Amino acid sequence: MAERLTLTGISKHFGAIHALHDVSLSVGKGEVLGLMGDNGAGKSTLVKIIAGNFRPSGGEIELDGEPCDFHHPKEAQRAGIEIVYQDLALCDNLTAASNVYLGRELTRRLGPLRIIDYRMMHRRAGELFAQLKSETRPRDLVRKMSGGQRQAVAIARTLLSDAKVVLMDEPTAAISVRQVAEVLELIRRLRDRGISIILISHRMPDVFAVSDRIAVLRRGGLVAHKATADSSPEEVTGLITGAIQAA
Amino acid sequence: MTTTLEQAISQSQHRSVLSRIMSVQVFWVFLAAVLACLALSLITDTFATERNLFNVTRNFAFVAIIAVGMTTVIASGGIDLSVGASVVLSAVVIGATMEAGYPVWAAAMFAIGAALLVGLVNGILIAFVGMPPFVVTLGMLSFARSMALVLSNNKMIYQFGPDHDVLLWLGGGATLGIPHPLIALVILAIIMSFVFKWTRWGQHVFAIGGNENAAVLTGIPVRGMKVSVYMFSAFTAGVAGILMVGWLGSVTTNLGTAMELTVIAAAVIGGANLAGGEGTVFGAVVGALLIEVIRNSLILLGISTFWQGAFIGCFIVIAVAFDRIRRLRSQD
Repeated sequence: MAERLTLTGISKHFGAIHALHDVSLSVGKGEVLGLMGDNGAGKSTLVKIIAGNFRPSGGEIELDGEPCDFHHPKEAQRAGIEIVYQDLALCDNLTAASNVYLGRELTRRLGPLRIIDYRMMHRRAGELFAQLKSETRPRDLVRKMSGGQRQAVAIARTLLSDAKVVLMDEPTAAISVRQVAEVLELIRRLRDRGISIILISHRMPDVFAVSDRIAVLRRGGLVAHKATADSSPEEVTGLITGAIQAA
Repeated sequence: MTTTLEQAISQSQHRSVLSRIMSVQVFWVFLAAVLACLALSLITDTFATERNLFNVTRNFAFVAIIAVGMTTVIASGGIDLSVGASVVLSAVVIGATMEAGYPVWAAAMFAIGAALLVGLVNGILIAFVGMPPFVVTLGMLSFARSMALVLSNNKMIYQFGPDHDVLLWLGGGATLGIPHPLIALVILAIIMSFVFKWTRWGQHVFAIGGNENAAVLTGIPVRGMKVSVYMFSAFTAGVAGILMVGWLGSVTTNLGTAMELTVIAAAVIGGANLAGGEGTVFGAVVGALLIEVIRNSLILLGISTFWQGAFIGCFIVIAVAFDRIRRLRSQD
């Protein structure tokens, strides 16, 4: 499997605090990487480095073999790295299609004016939902949607921009069991389209259900990076808490 | 019954046009206004006279024009308490400059410019300094009104130089029997209805009001948008100020006092949600109309105008309570 995103020796310190030291990991095309670790282990710092919020203090990031140096989240986004935020960053008062296209609405000309092309947005959003096999109607207000449908809207947004890497921050936190299954299915659909996914989650069963590889962070260092099939929830729990030093 | 996924996605909500209209707050407010008008026409023989209707439509136009601007601010999740002060500032500026001999178009540009400056300062303090809109515009209410007093030296202006008659025609006249403030309102309402629904600017106003964080993350220029929203609100107040001078034929510094509250009431009765993300131009206009009809009817029925506030207050609470009930029901 060709590697899509490769991190080599990434470290980050804020003054005297070392948030990350010498983290090297990679995610392949169409691969799901489960990123696990306790609170404060450095997961969110790592995610913010990949997404361009922070620059690493040391180390290199390569996307499709090209070295990258993001100064701003916009640059990372342009390179094809998208984030699905934990709170999903949706506008409840707008429709599903409007949310998918938020900030990049389709327009068409009407005389000297540029007006929003709702018909096209509804159609294209509908196609995206169909690809995700999610029963989400483009014209419905997000306010009236289930947790799974809201995830579908947030994920459809990443499809729109032809993302290469999608970072998902706790997508299965705070939703019902049935909706978790729906979201895991969405992750598989993304993977099948060749998109690389980094799934940050506390929920062990979800990570084991969809990930190909697992990376575990503990106190800023990488303690494991291995195929999910070669690991077990017990081992990962041990790695997170420190009962097992490294694997 | 089995439906394919594509069918399910393309399905729109199974609701008739009638049930959709009836679920909108502004429909009921509109109905209340129409019923009040009908009742007044039957009870009194003064309501449905040409002269009274002319007065009603002109009076409500001033509030409605600003309510359109206020609805935009409220939809973006903000509030603008300085509109009444912008009205008097705009009025004093046009009055003073015309008295000094400037032609009406130049004086009007000065007046609008002064109002836009108020909006610009509001917007910058709110969007770039990050201060709460309530505090910023409350401060501006005091500041702009004070500026109006300083500029006019608290003297009444009633001589408007060479273009005196043009100004009076502009605010107090009529074309084809329609008072000019009403024409201004109709033009503004049509343009803004279109802008709300069909432009990215309109869409972004509602996105910011719905979830500001999401708007920032999706790359909407939220700060610039906010500045433009407060400038638009001040612009509507400036236009109303100019028209009010023409209608009254004089400028006094108590013009527009407490008008912000009437305007906010009109917007809220018309369905604008103070939490942001909701509101319509039509709602703002209907809300303003209802308030004016209440005011007018109390006068015609010979009821003390002291009751006016009680009626308007009840309508604000009823309109919002109705919306709450509808929402609770739709959650089931």
